[in-house]
Amino acid sequence: MQFVEDHIATAVSHDIPVWDVDPYDVEILKNPVPFYAELRERGAFVYIPRYAMLACGRFDETREVFSDWERFVSSRGVGLIDFSVAKPWRAPSIVLEVDPPYHTRTRTVIARALSPRAVSELKDSFAAEAEKLVDELLEIGEFDAVGDLSEAFPVKVFPAAVGLQEINKRALVDYGAVGFNALGPDNELRRTGWAKASEIVPWITAQCKREALLPAGFGATIYAAADAGEITEEEAGMLVRSLLSAGVDTTVTGIGNTIWCLAENPGEFEKLKADPKLARPAFEEALRYTSPVHSFCRTASLDTAVNGIAIPKDTKILCVLGSANLDERKWQRANRYEIERKPVGHLALGVGIHGCVGQNVARAEAEAVFTVIAKKVGAIELVDAPTWRPNNAIHALDSMRVRFLKH
Amino acid sequence: MVSVIYRSHDGTAREVAAEEGQTLMQAAISNGIDGIIGECGGSAMCATCHVYVVEAFIDKLPPLTDIEDEMLECTVAERRSRSRLACQIKITNALGGLAVDLPEAQA
Ligand code: HEM
Ligand code: FES
Repeated sequence: MQFVEDHIATAVSHDIPVWDVDPYDVEILKNPVPFYAELRERGAFVYIPRYAMLACGRFDETREVFSDWERFVSSRGVGLIDFSVAKPWRAPSIVLEVDPPYHTRTRTVIARALSPRAVSELKDSFAAEAEKLVDELLEIGEFDAVGDLSEAFPVKVFPAAVGLQEINKRALVDYGAVGFNALGPDNELRRTGWAKASEIVPWITAQCKREALLPAGFGATIYAAADAGEITEEEAGMLVRSLLSAGVDTTVTGIGNTIWCLAENPGEFEKLKADPKLARPAFEEALRYTSPVHSFCRTASLDTAVNGIAIPKDTKILCVLGSANLDERKWQRANRYEIERKPVGHLALGVGIHGCVGQNVARAEAEAVFTVIAKKVGAIELVDAPTWRPNNAIHALDSMRVRFLKH
Repeated sequence: MVSVIYRSHDGTAREVAAEEGQTLMQAAISNGIDGIIGECGGSAMCATCHVYVVEAFIDKLPPLTDIEDEMLECTVAERRSRSRLACQIKITNALGGLAVDLPEAQA
């Protein structure tokens, strides 16, 4: 058996086109759209020799692989490392990187904590915080939409909703980024992330303990499940950790990318101003259009086929969600940001049993922010060209100086 | 193709030819049935695909999982014994003629 990037190099069929590309090349990570287009063009699957893996980027096949948890498992890691042959950088997530039946147990608990009902109770406080922040930004006029808005808002409301009492903005945002970089190959991004982990992880772990959490919040609901005997005390801590690793950087990115979409498409922003109820659809379409999580992996658990293409057992498959979400086969005018589109079924939040369990929270945060922006901001102007921050799994802005003009 | 019927709250009914393997939610979305939103795309996370299944089909459906049961507590319209999430019902030949009533509101 041969190993590449800590997974098994399987003998894939010669019919699958070979493409010697590095999906983790910094330039591709910063500007992935041409890579997405070529990936779809070359075939339903391509074989990438340097990583001995398959990649898919057409909608139908990507959806099939990403959602069929029996044939394409998550328990062997959603990054390049195959947990059945190598050790992950930290104990794997007990919801993202496990399969049923165990997954059902943890997922039930975390889904309860983040249910539509639990989230709707936060609506008013999210709206109040969003209004305060946007008022401040309107006074300042020109600011960095990444640090001052996209990071500032989730860091203000999300850890508090979990029940954290201590807020360390850098640790919270970077913890997610480190975890997502860990999903890539052994490159500079992953190494730098791991080097940073030793500073962040102890703080995060301490915040996940029962004693550290407020008596009400997502965290408390999870610990209540431990009291009821559904999960252990240790598992409760692990699930709270999952919230912090998956819930900050992703939402930061989703909000930032939506501002970018609106700044780049003033016509769509006018529609949002005319009807602030489009705040949620504007965010949803930005998720489709920019895919904050650009790709995650699966591992084939048996010899199988997708759309007639043979896939050997043990193969790592990179599911390029960002590409599937721009596939012309699925989306009309796929390359346009249109807030009135109803992009139901996009893959930005995953699909099926692992579909994002935090999506109600993400949407509630975005709805709060973009509703106030719709009501109070007259125009969003880019001050200079935004820059993107390469990450092995996240497509996020690094900085974006903008000006908010009053109505 | 399997024929399924969506009966909206105002009493109008629409028969749809659903593909086997699709979910009842997907069949509604791809056929433009208004009373179903399906915001989460079928991950049992949003409760906006709530339907009331006609009595005759209740026993033919896959059993309720814990996750679906939990989420049915979050529907906007009242939960009844016939309540299910359309995204958790895969269409099979055995479901030909299935009819569901759509609630007054989903969100
Ligand atoms: C715009 C923001 C977000 C995006 C783009 C996003 C994206 C995703 C994606 C693509 C998946 C599927 C992973 C897979 O199938 O392998 C996922 C799962 C997950 N997300 Fe999110 N997410 C966001 C916000 C959140 C928030 C706010 C939380 C926490 C409150 C969260 C917690 C999780 C967890 C715990 C999972 C694993 C669920 C499972 O495996 O059953 N996410 N997310
Ligand atoms: S589509 Fe969201 S619960 Fe069914």
